[in-house]
Amino acid sequence: MYRSLFPRDLFAELDRLQRDMQQAFDQSPAIRGYGRGGFPALNVGGTPTGVEIYAFAPGLDPSAIEVNLDRGVLTIAGERAPSLPKADDKATVHANERFSGRFRRVVSLPDDVDPTAVTAKYNDGVLHVSIRRQASAQPRRIEVQ
Amino acid sequence: MNTVTQTREPATQVRQEPALWPPVDVIEDATGITLYADLPGAPRDKLSLRVEGDTLSIEAELALALPDNMEASHAEVQYSRYRRTFTLSKELDAEKVGAELSHGVLRVRIPKAEHAQPRRIAVAVG
Repeated sequence: MYRSLFPRDLFAELDRLQRDMQQAFDQSPAIRGYGRGGFPALNVGGTPTGVEIYAFAPGLDPSAIEVNLDRGVLTIAGERAPSLPKADDKATVHANERFSGRFRRVVSLPDDVDPTAVTAKYNDGVLHVSIRRQASAQPRRIEVQ
Repeated sequence: MNTVTQTREPATQVRQEPALWPPVDVIEDATGITLYADLPGAPRDKLSLRVEGDTLSIEAELALALPDNMEASHAEVQYSRYRRTFTLSKELDAEKVGAELSHGVLRVRIPKAEHAQPRRIAVAVG
């Protein structure tokens, strides 16, 4: 069920409520289900020399995160294991708000990025992917003779 | 005739900066409660975990290394702090709270007070 990752204000909550209502009355939902919403949350920004993507994905093993770049499309995928107890443990789950399971998010990159100049770092649960723009695409001043 | 004058204290407005509300998983077992909170982007030194009376509060500030000249084109996370509070019930031992932060996930362990641990009472046949 879609849930905004960091519910903050009335409008985000109303939006979620509207989506829930819509799903309840949908006669024939999409075969792949309602979509797992936005885990991980993404912030995308650009500088004159590159594109920066921040994916807020805590609790992952850095070596198991799949970051792929193919024809201008960046894909971030992986799986987060649930922190819930096994079924036979005598434990009660009072809240289960955190996302678990497979996730996949896709970002379309501008044409001027250099696919060979990509770095990815995982710190404090945030995956930071940095792609440099091609040198030839940098604005160049042309001398007038 | 008595005139009753009401003195009103100026309402002190505690204006808090809007904060992100981290999602949590809360699991209770026989000996206590384990809480997991997602706090991506918050380093160890910007995390504040406090117990005041019966309230547990988690506050953290994000510290992302953003380049100065970056223009955001798509921002799903727009605030730079996390805040969430919980009221602990009486049988939890607030003195013995333990926590660890790893890869942006905070794991808090609150044991139940000694007297609240489940105990089986032997029934004597008299």
